[in-house]
Amino acid sequence: MKIGRNKGRGGWLFLASVVAGYAVTALVEADKARAALAAFLPMLGTVAPVLVLVLALMIVSERFITPRRVERWLGRNSGPGAWLIAAGAGALATGPVYPWYALLAELRRKGMQPALIAVLLYARAIKLPLLPLMAHSFGAPFTLVLSGWILAFAWLSGLVMRRFGTKTETAS
Amino acid sequence: MGRPSAPRPAGDGSATEGRLSWRTSAVRAGRGFATALPIVIGMLLLTSLLTTLVPQGSLERLFGRDEVWDVIVAAILGSLATGHPLVGYVLAGELLARGVSLVAVTALLVSWVTVGVVQLPAEALLLGRRFAIVRNLCCLVFAVAVAYLTVGTLRLVA
Repeated sequence: MKIGRNKGRGGWLFLASVVAGYAVTALVEADKARAALAAFLPMLGTVAPVLVLVLALMIVSERFITPRRVERWLGRNSGPGAWLIAAGAGALATGPVYPWYALLAELRRKGMQPALIAVLLYARAIKLPLLPLMAHSFGAPFTLVLSGWILAFAWLSGLVMRRFGTKTETAS
Repeated sequence: MGRPSAPRPAGDGSATEGRLSWRTSAVRAGRGFATALPIVIGMLLLTSLLTTLVPQGSLERLFGRDEVWDVIVAAILGSLATGHPLVGYVLAGELLARGVSLVAVTALLVSWVTVGVVQLPAEALLLGRRFAIVRNLCCLVFAVAVAYLTVGTLRLVA
């Protein structure tokens, strides 16, 4: 798969370019680079539990979720239930999005249709643990209506991605 | 080369077709995870660098021309923003208190959590460039639509 071949080296190149960005910042404003590094460690601490969760899910996925099952539950011919599963999983997914990309890439390799990945990623906007806070800040009706529209647009994004998002990359 | 629309034969003929042992599963998952790890670390480093270089107060000065302008600025700002959604809530609350329209504030909130320009390299590396670009562009447009629809629905209900 084209994506799979490139992502190994691409990840390290990306990290190297960010480190280079730090080096340039350190040359121009050393204090800012130091402050950014100081902010990085607590951020890593926040993401670490999500990384562990994602790794655990990837192991479980390798153990129990065969390509045949993914194809049946979340593949091209899966029914409307798959769209509900994707939206529910998105609403329940916690933490920053980038640790989840690895799991989604793995599920995609096993046959999950990209449209459902888009649904899941969009439905992440419904932050269940933060809903009470949003209701407190902006009101319960606002929170309810916004969540409803986000859910509707999660499915719409899936439909758009099915039409336009994967023309050249689904070949394996 | 597109994926056939008809059901594929079960599996790809690889070892994943049957159920793997826990050990093999852990090794394979670890290998996939290791591929994603430099991207995750890079994203964290980039996020902390950007949040340090761009002070929050400077962003609030962009608003106040008219509603359409504010909505567009808010959607773009949310797309570029990184960090916890709580930061978005705080910023949105402050903008609302300063008289920025609810539509613009909603566009900021939605694009903050649906569009990720900073995360785009990571998404492109792991899920494909075309997928990442089309999805994020689509989500940027949707953020504006969701904002208008949410506020419109609230007005209708009220």
